[in-house]
Amino acid sequence: MSKIKEKFKELQERNEKALISYIMAGFPNEKSTISVVRGLVKGGVDIIELGFPFSDPLADGPVIQNASTISLEKGTKIDKFFSLVKKIRKETDTPLILMTYTNILYHKGYSKFIAEAKKAGIDGFILPDMSIEESEDYLKAAKNNADTIFLISPNTSKTRIAKIAKASSGFLYLVAVYGTTGVKTGIKNYTLDAIKNVKNQTKGKIPVSVGFGVSTPEDVKKYIKAGADGVIVGSAYLKLIEKTSQSKLESKIALFTKSLKCQTVHKK
Amino acid sequence: MKYPKNGRFGEFGGKYIPETLVPAIEELEENYLKFKNDKNFKKELDYYLKVYAGRPTPLYYAKNLSEKLGGGKIYLKREDLLHGGAHKINNTLGQALLAKKMNKKRIIAETGAGQHGVATAMACAALGMKAEVYMGYKDTIRQKLNVFRMNLLGSKVHPVKSGSKTLKDAINEAIRDWITNVENTYYLLGSAVGPHPYPVMVRDFQSVIGNEIKSQMKKLNKTPDSIIACVGGGSNAIGTFYPLVDSNAEIIGVEAAGHGLKSKKHSATLSAGSKGVLHGMMTYLLQDKEGQITETHSISAGLDYPGVGPEHSYLKDTKRVKYHSATDTEVIDAFLMLTRTEGIIPALESAHAIAEAIKVAKKSKKSESIVVTLSGRGDKDVEEVQNYLSKNVKN
Repeated sequence: MSKIKEKFKELQERNEKALISYIMAGFPNEKSTISVVRGLVKGGVDIIELGFPFSDPLADGPVIQNASTISLEKGTKIDKFFSLVKKIRKETDTPLILMTYTNILYHKGYSKFIAEAKKAGIDGFILPDMSIEESEDYLKAAKNNADTIFLISPNTSKTRIAKIAKASSGFLYLVAVYGTTGVKTGIKNYTLDAIKNVKNQTKGKIPVSVGFGVSTPEDVKKYIKAGADGVIVGSAYLKLIEKTSQSKLESKIALFTKSLKCQTVHKK
Repeated sequence: MKYPKNGRFGEFGGKYIPETLVPAIEELEENYLKFKNDKNFKKELDYYLKVYAGRPTPLYYAKNLSEKLGGGKIYLKREDLLHGGAHKINNTLGQALLAKKMNKKRIIAETGAGQHGVATAMACAALGMKAEVYMGYKDTIRQKLNVFRMNLLGSKVHPVKSGSKTLKDAINEAIRDWITNVENTYYLLGSAVGPHPYPVMVRDFQSVIGNEIKSQMKKLNKTPDSIIACVGGGSNAIGTFYPLVDSNAEIIGVEAAGHGLKSKKHSATLSAGSKGVLHGMMTYLLQDKEGQITETHSISAGLDYPGVGPEHSYLKDTKRVKYHSATDTEVIDAFLMLTRTEGIIPALESAHAIAEAIKVAKKSKKSESIVVTLSGRGDKDVEEVQNYLSKNVKN
């Protein structure tokens, strides 16, 4: 069983939902990434999503775009990223997901990239521009090596949801809103409906986590109440990282993480 | 390839897109397939192409230029004479009409130098719609007048300040807008790039160029020995090549070699790039060792793009089309030569094709015919040429 699956199982036994936190590797530098990870773990994060920057992040809003640009300018490279993952692995067993764009994997070769990532300690992948129609080689390379987490949108048809669920492992990533990452639009009824629909259709066979625009404890509470098995918070973290000095990074991140995490714990 | 199965030209193309866009892309393909052979749609599009855009465009025998070079006869396909001054209107009229049939109220587009943006603004104005155009911030400064033209035509221009602030970033931003407003918005993409069905749809709308060449050459009782067009994203080239791909002619696409292929300051994707995934398609790209897209350079803003239409990648790998390149210097020489011998000021993009035609003509027999697509007129470029000459001419 993969680390991600184990985590969801463990959470289910405790009657908890998953807090998945996204950060951009190397933003604003490598040292800060380590501090942020420590803060996340202290705050009780369940799964960490590490962004690897791509020059053309077309599914991302301004916050993650800016973080990608800075990370690339600071010299983030694939090898350096993998050694960072190894360092993180020495500190925590928290499942690690790599989020980047298809070309980064394709360019190195899906199999080679995934093998190296797995060796470093990556447990799964999210590629927002990888559609299931184009995923054959990617899935083959990831099989038995890493979880492949695909995205579902509120406008995804029933037949596609079935196909996407079949190609996915770990969990399903339900995009909360029409838009890019980090754009705050408030909680929409269509999102709450989508959570119910996807949950009904997948019948608990695979967990469903909600992301895009999820930024406050209040958001987390509402999506969990609507039936999500997990929530993904990203841009809100990057904004906090941007305005926090290195010395306070670990404690501030821990505090924010705790405030999100407590909304995923079932209160009796 | 007639209609690419699964959107693939060999291994190239496909649709690498965020899930939110899948229903929109499916709706687009469904409507495109429905309308492309619809009698009324074709009639309406033909009407606009004829009386609004000015088709058919002439095939002009460039006698002075041919005689000066002393080789084969050079024929210019005069897309520069179209309304708006470039081939772009062939595609924008087709897609704007399709958007109208699909009842889409909001049109968005990207533009590099502004040619596609202006052609979109024109087509939308003519069909009673409004467009919003994404344009790299750097390009809005370099092409201020085109921004004003789009505004005059009733379109809104959004300067894009992310990434390298040029065409590729304008496409990223247009895609982000589309993801956000997917339910009411039509994305009017300007080149034969992007996710399926854009590359095939844009090719089909631009194929009017090659089809006219075919019948015009036939009227002259000739078959072309060489066919030449410039390639950035590759829409005028694929529109020229596709109807003639089964002929015996040598077909040559010409990319922008900028300061030279080894300088890293060029946009010659097929000549110097490698395979990858960008803007929803698998194709040749200019990228670094890690798969990050690199910045490009060309004296002509319209060729300044790190990717290329997937069908060109396919035609390169199957060796049906040869892809050459021309440096900025060769382009300026060609620009001046055509201007002086024929009184035709070509767009700098099209001057790349002229530069290749000059090389081919010099090596060819007098009996041979060389057809060159002159994709646009050069009025927009005279300032750029003036700057270049004042920096580079030693006299």
